Amino acid sequence: MLAFLIRRLLQTIPTVLAVVLLVFVLFSVVPGSIASTMSDDSDPQVELRMKKQLGLDQPVYMRFGAYVARLATGDLGASFRTREPVTTMIAKRAWPTLQLIFASMAFAVLLGVPLGFIAALRPGSLVDTVSMVLAVSGLSLAKFWLGLLLMYLFALKLGWLPSFGYGDGGLKYLILPAVTLGVSPMALLARTTRAAVLEIMTADFVRTARSKGMSETRVVKWHVMRNALVLILTTMGLQFGALMGQAVVVEKLFSWPGIGSLLVDSVLQRDIPAVQGSILVVVLFFLAINLLIDVLYGVIDPRIRYA
Amino acid sequence: MFRVIAIVAGLGLALAGTVEAQTPRKGGTIRMTAPYGSSFTSLDIHTTQRAQDEIYAKGLHRSLYIWDSAEGKPVPELAKEAVVSGGGLVYTFKLRDDAYFHNGRKMTADDVIWSYNRIMDGTKAYPGARYVRVIEGAAAVEKGQAKDISGLKKIDDFTLEMKLTEKVDPGFYFFTALTSIYPADEAAKESFIQKPIGLGPFKFVEHVPGSRIVLERWDRFYKPGKPYADKVIVSVMGEAAARDVAFRNKEIDTSVLGPAQYVAYQSDAALKGTIVEVAEVFTRYMGMNPSFKPFADKRVRQAINYAIDTDLIINKLVKNKAYRATSWLPLTSPLYDKTMKPYAYDPAKAKQLLADAGYPNGFEFEWTTSQNESWGLPIVTAVIPMLDKVGIKAKVKQVETAVLAEVVRSGDYQAFVYSQQSGPDPQAALKCFHSSTPQSACNYMNFKNADFDKLVDEAGQADDPAKRGQLLQKANALLYDEAPVWFFNYNKAVMAVQPWLKGVQLNATELTHQNVEDLWVDETSPAK
Repeated sequence: MLAFLIRRLLQTIPTVLAVVLLVFVLFSVVPGSIASTMSDDSDPQVELRMKKQLGLDQPVYMRFGAYVARLATGDLGASFRTREPVTTMIAKRAWPTLQLIFASMAFAVLLGVPLGFIAALRPGSLVDTVSMVLAVSGLSLAKFWLGLLLMYLFALKLGWLPSFGYGDGGLKYLILPAVTLGVSPMALLARTTRAAVLEIMTADFVRTARSKGMSETRVVKWHVMRNALVLILTTMGLQFGALMGQAVVVEKLFSWPGIGSLLVDSVLQRDIPAVQGSILVVVLFFLAINLLIDVLYGVIDPRIRYA
Repeated sequence: MFRVIAIVAGLGLALAGTVEAQTPRKGGTIRMTAPYGSSFTSLDIHTTQRAQDEIYAKGLHRSLYIWDSAEGKPVPELAKEAVVSGGGLVYTFKLRDDAYFHNGRKMTADDVIWSYNRIMDGTKAYPGARYVRVIEGAAAVEKGQAKDISGLKKIDDFTLEMKLTEKVDPGFYFFTALTSIYPADEAAKESFIQKPIGLGPFKFVEHVPGSRIVLERWDRFYKPGKPYADKVIVSVMGEAAARDVAFRNKEIDTSVLGPAQYVAYQSDAALKGTIVEVAEVFTRYMGMNPSFKPFADKRVRQAINYAIDTDLIINKLVKNKAYRATSWLPLTSPLYDKTMKPYAYDPAKAKQLLADAGYPNGFEFEWTTSQNESWGLPIVTAVIPMLDKVGIKAKVKQVETAVLAEVVRSGDYQAFVYSQQSGPDPQAALKCFHSSTPQSACNYMNFKNADFDKLVDEAGQADDPAKRGQLLQKANALLYDEAPVWFFNYNKAVMAVQPWLKGVQLNATELTHQNVEDLWVDETSPAK
């Protein structure tokens, strides 16, 4: 297990480097610079001095080398715009983003997986039809529109929840953004679970278990559920990564203080260190979740070896 | 249009009347919104020119002057009075001796000098440099040729001498938060950016990035009895639809309205009374590059102005959330010329002018635009068929706002559409078209006209304000005739204000920028 973990951690290094290189090269070729976003009225000479001070007058390969060297020491650099360390900027927003993503995923799993199971156990029934209509609707709904709808209903009409903001970080502020973000993975999980369970229910080993006289509850619990979980976990892992990207819309809509809005603002203002740092954190989070999922595969199904 | 102006004036009077009629209530929380993005750029207000950031900075910081919306001009704030000498180039300021920073230290002339020297650090490109540059020796500091601004001299702790490079009213240069006075000792520390200290009526409590800034009353603020409120919360709310729900749900006290909401609020009896509007000092236009051959001819530029049905676009697309532009200086400029009429919609005349200029069959040009809903792509898309009718073909080149800013300053365009500050100082606004003003500064069309230069130069030398005004109005009229741009509109800023929030000022420089010490909430406010 330890060797597996070390090997997987080492495998992430090329991925991280590739992402860092890609972002670096991309922001070296796109038009627009920090100097042009700072002032409508600055002297070209001042812009040159500013670029020199920020090291932007250096060739891309030299800047990249210096960045990677700093990165190796855990230094993400300082924001061009605020001069604040990027690690500090990200640290301020990491917790709210994690809160939002984990709450959304919890909502998706707690609702989507049971829905999928129930639908699969009674295929063609009213429960199945209703569940799948809900799932397809959840996948089709635009987050922005859904968020507004929830705001309108639960804040304006019912007065149960605040329509926006982070407040004290409490649950009542988290519910609407988390549900808005969680509906789409919930729908996907419901469909994935249904498909996986239906397929496993017709598998040879399930038929064998039934023919041995095992009760339906035990068949579902020990054979179907366990085998379906591998696919569900894979979907969850992929959805975690997708949620990081989708969170941008929800954060902006609900004034939620996450990394997504930092990333968008930094791109618009050409604050390259902040962009690089934000993307790096998103990538590392995605890799960490996938590593965790890989470890969980082995726990669920001992036949999966860490070879 | 003048009916609309009258309504605005009426609204202003009604608002002022309300304020006079009631005694301001002490206490409560004011809940403002920052509508121009998904976060605040920085807690160091010297580094950011975004309107978004000045909303909180009006509570936290103070400058030598402050904008008086009722008077429509800057008035002394940290400076109590100014004695002018040296042929109008030397200002000796008496500073307040009762202004305390939020760490309890009294402000002195050293803080002013330190702050202005900081803004002129040429390696940082602070946006406020454009204003401080008017002080003698400031440009040398910016270029790294001097350490301190030679034109600033401390006479004593509360007296400051400022030598200017040209005859201007320094009030227009030193009233925004970009030239806020920082505490020299504290601001040099790295911790300052996390917990800024200023001279404003409210002190910093908390910043939740991407969500809100919280400020609380500074008890040692120099204006007796002010501020009224205990607390100010500025929430970042970039989405208009989310602001709309929050406003209707009484969770926020102010909300900026876009064109669609403006129409919706006007037709809703419950919300109509919450609307506050003002003509802001921004002119929207299409800039034409004179180095692109057709645009070098004045007749072609005029033809474009005649070819576009501007009123129709303002009415249908902008939903009347703008005032028709009649030249460069906007409606709220002290030198706005009411007698000037906008270019009429006259395609036949446009065709004739094109033929006279040697383009009977029109020509083709590339039009660079951002996606901005009020003056960007939607407007360009609506104008293209109108130009097509007179034979002019426009190809759209869509870019990001950050790229557009670079494009206009570098001159790398044939035409572009933009929104540019055209006030409050008419002299500075028109100086942008002076041939000595670099394109990278604000002469984005690289306009060169000897007669215009002469008028602006003479205005700059005139000691009599009336004469100066006449000369600048002539320059503005000349600009209209030369038509370096398609004169589109002046922005109408619209904000919804909850009935319990009092003292809102019709600030023509930016409606969201409120002197928060003058705001107060009555007992019906749902905020604790």
